[in-house]
Amino acid sequence: MTATTIPKGKRTAATLPPDEEKLKYFTARQWQLVWWRFRRNRLGLLGAGILIIYIFVLIFAEFLAPYGGTTLDSEYVLGPPQVARFWDENGFSLRPFVYSVTTERDPVTLAMIPTIDNSKRRYLQFFVRTKEYKYWNGNLIASDLHFFGVDEGTIHLFGTDSLGRDILSRTMYATRTSLTLGVVGVLIAFVIGLVMGGMAGYLGGQVDFFIQRLIELIRSVPDIPLFMGLAAALPKEWPPEKVYLMITLILGFLGWTTLARRIRGKLLSLRKEDYVIAAQLAGGSNARIIARHMLPAFTSYIIVDIVVYFPYMILAETALSFVGLGLRPPVISWGVLLQGAQNIQAIELAPWLFIPVIFVVFAVLGFTFLGDGLRDAADPYN
Amino acid sequence: MLRYFAQRFIFMIITLLFVSVVIFIVIELPPGDYAERYAYRKLASAGQDVTEQDMINVRHEFGLDKPAPVRYFNWITDIILHGDFGESFLFNVPVRNMIGDRIWLTMALASTAILLTYALAIPIGIFSALYRHSFGDYLATFIGYIGLSLPNFMLALVLLYFSVTVLGSSAGGLFSEEFAEAAWSWPRVVDLLEHLWVPAVVLGTANTAFHLQTMRATMLDELNQLYVDAARARGIPEWKVIFKYPVRIALNPIVSYLGFDLGKLVAGAPVVALVLSLPDAGQLLLQALLQQDMFLGGAILLMISTMIVIGVFISDLMLAALDPRIRLGET
Amino acid sequence: MDIGTEQIDWDTLLEVQDLKVSFKTDEGIILAVNGISFSVQRGQTLGIVGESGSGKSVSTKAIMQLLPRTAVVDKNSSITWHRENGETVEITQLKKGGREMRRIRGGEIGMIFQEPMSSFSPVHTIGNQIIEAVLAHRQVSKQEAREIAIDMLDKVGISNPSVRVDQYSFELSGGMRQRAMIAVTLSMNPSLLIADEPTTSLDVTIQAQILELMNQLREEFNMAVIFITHNLGVIAQVADEVAVMYLGQILERGTAKEIINQPQHPYTQSLLKAIPRLDHLGKRLTAIGGDIPSPLERPGGCPFHTRCEQAISGVCDTQIPTLTPISNTHTVHCFLYE
Repeated sequence: MTATTIPKGKRTAATLPPDEEKLKYFTARQWQLVWWRFRRNRLGLLGAGILIIYIFVLIFAEFLAPYGGTTLDSEYVLGPPQVARFWDENGFSLRPFVYSVTTERDPVTLAMIPTIDNSKRRYLQFFVRTKEYKYWNGNLIASDLHFFGVDEGTIHLFGTDSLGRDILSRTMYATRTSLTLGVVGVLIAFVIGLVMGGMAGYLGGQVDFFIQRLIELIRSVPDIPLFMGLAAALPKEWPPEKVYLMITLILGFLGWTTLARRIRGKLLSLRKEDYVIAAQLAGGSNARIIARHMLPAFTSYIIVDIVVYFPYMILAETALSFVGLGLRPPVISWGVLLQGAQNIQAIELAPWLFIPVIFVVFAVLGFTFLGDGLRDAADPYN
Repeated sequence: MLRYFAQRFIFMIITLLFVSVVIFIVIELPPGDYAERYAYRKLASAGQDVTEQDMINVRHEFGLDKPAPVRYFNWITDIILHGDFGESFLFNVPVRNMIGDRIWLTMALASTAILLTYALAIPIGIFSALYRHSFGDYLATFIGYIGLSLPNFMLALVLLYFSVTVLGSSAGGLFSEEFAEAAWSWPRVVDLLEHLWVPAVVLGTANTAFHLQTMRATMLDELNQLYVDAARARGIPEWKVIFKYPVRIALNPIVSYLGFDLGKLVAGAPVVALVLSLPDAGQLLLQALLQQDMFLGGAILLMISTMIVIGVFISDLMLAALDPRIRLGET
Repeated sequence: MDIGTEQIDWDTLLEVQDLKVSFKTDEGIILAVNGISFSVQRGQTLGIVGESGSGKSVSTKAIMQLLPRTAVVDKNSSITWHRENGETVEITQLKKGGREMRRIRGGEIGMIFQEPMSSFSPVHTIGNQIIEAVLAHRQVSKQEAREIAIDMLDKVGISNPSVRVDQYSFELSGGMRQRAMIAVTLSMNPSLLIADEPTTSLDVTIQAQILELMNQLREEFNMAVIFITHNLGVIAQVADEVAVMYLGQILERGTAKEIINQPQHPYTQSLLKAIPRLDHLGKRLTAIGGDIPSPLERPGGCPFHTRCEQAISGVCDTQIPTLTPISNTHTVHCFLYE
């Protein structure tokens, strides 16, 4: 009784006369309905927003990052983040600036001591031309345009690591590595999951039994230690790119079970739906029934499953690389960045080394929010 | 019931076999074999040249010249019959001696984390479902999201930092200095318990968040079930209605996850052990894998997996005891 | 408004006066029940007929205080319960899960639901739930409660009750489950039984058996029954009196005979035309045109005017028809009779 058949997205179209509005609702396509419902979910929208920013960073990392991923700044080693400011005791400036800073090693304690020169302002410049970068080895675009920089000297908004590399730039490159690894890993898991789950769910019988047991077997092996075992078995002399590929494959190959289970379950329940049986009775071919009747009903579920699977990939990569069994330098990923911050001394001496964690957390939150929002919106006819 | 028990038991044995094969493959994966490393270490360090004949001798000595299935058979029968896991390449001692107490420390850690998970997730999940959209519910959901998205090593570092700066003592390790090498005694157990909570919190947080969400979602589903209203219509007091019916049923998925929980917790152990410098099996596993000491790593993997598989078996039995639908073969 | 006053010789058990229930939803306030009044006499069966969404279940849930938290019962509504010892209780004034309400729930008013499958907890035996009910309302030992449970299962026609008592609901067939549900309810010895579409989800043959059983038990236990259904054919078999509901209002009330044989309201008439009958074989059934209006867009005036073929424009869509007596026992809300 509490349930109402009134469209959720209806209020937003309040300008239409009631009948037209109703007609619009009842004739709307499935994806239109999903969107109407999704945009009412604030957390879901927030998640989508976060991910759009990440995708932007992923694509334009070279342009957005002020420096290259391995550019060294020997003048500023293990330096704290510089704060961009608009005013100080010397007055206000419309253009944000940072102070000129140098670090020197204390000859006794060997600690790096930054010296801030309050009198020297370095003004932020936008769309500066500095170091040249190339997309896809220069085959596509080569440019030296960067989003921002300073007129002289250097700027490190997130500070630098123990070799003087800019953490902001490195985080941006790491975003690309970690997210693409996630995408490829999820895709692998998805394809295997779709095939296995699809076979189990649609064919049933012996095939189903066998696949079900296989899934149970794989799930009873502890995942991270197995990742670690497999990753450890990779030859040390392999180039980083090959390691990257293998790690992605390992994560993808071992992660398909959850997806396969969900797809199987959904297919099984769909198979019993009246409209599918009706289509079968009407003499529809298997291919047609799957494509026309079953797929539309569960695409939204699959998308949700894929989205909620990303955090798992991201966290697995981060953990593996963090302990030194995953990606290795010179590859830059979130996990690799955090390798430098394994101990308590790092927190005390250079807490800014942990800034990449914030990116990990927000990426995971983004996918989780988006997934939850989509899950609620996925079934607009409910 | 007996049928179900037998089914699960046979499946457990098959799983164990499968797991051992996978681990054996992992052990054999790295390029070069044990013999090469052994020969170089033993002979080359003694200043001798390693000849082709030496290699063949060593290979023969370890049975490495036999085909893989035979090697697997020897490996597994040694383990089952003699408890012999081979020799650690890294430390030159039998793996058995290396592992010792460590595996039990890891299990104690995982069990504490599971208890912590249940103690927090179940009551908070119930509360969140009963007082949906309340401030407490939003707070629990928010903390749950953070718990799920924060890598556990980060949480470990934060707690470590907190304990050093605020509490003035390091939260790392599992024992105080005076007990680190001591024999087991009551004070040592107490000391262990005092140290156990930090790694348990670190390990358990993500899982707690996960179960909290599950508990809340199942509770919300179950609260809308007709049998709840039917019980109310019988004049049963509200608290009894809630605890006897929806809470009881919402516990089923949590119990059914016990085995996997154990797996997830043990899986996270190496990473946390690294940050908190815990002298447990996780830390040894990490060390072994980083050095490609595959016999040692494989042995620990096998032990951990065995415990998880047994955990899954136990949780299957518990679930059957709790849920008649499973016990009576109704799915 | 109150028919009960005209039938003073009957012993009134339950009186509902001007019951209004609304729900707060995201889209606004939905008025699910709009000022209905009825009464139930001791030992009699009142049938409430209506389409889904007519508010019939909501009104009975209000009697049991089983409405969800989003529901609001209007302050001027009154639900009066007359106990056998002459006490009267105003149910709307009781605390929802309080002691007094719990005494009424089950012990004085029993309720059975549409879905026998989900009315039982899947992880507790049927006996467990009957014994729990008995212990909540009767001063008996556990052993005695178990005996009562077995006895009740036997009474509702479940074979081998001493075995069935330890079984789970999923081990029984749909019809058996509904029998067991009736056993649970009757074991508490209520004087009023609310049956919310108890046979809707059952096969037709089972349906007939359950109706038969209910009729028989009603006499044996001397209970009053509120029987909710969307099926006028079922009503004819069980009810003494019938109330026809539409969009949260009672449009017509009368004895079962009057409603079936001389329906006055156009809505009742069209409902009856939609029932297949043996003596009208070969003729087309007439469906009621149009859709039930959304509860958010309640029509003004008579709620049925949007679908009524005899609607008088300018009257039915602007004014609310008042109660018009047709006979001593028969009333209708319709301008055709004012």
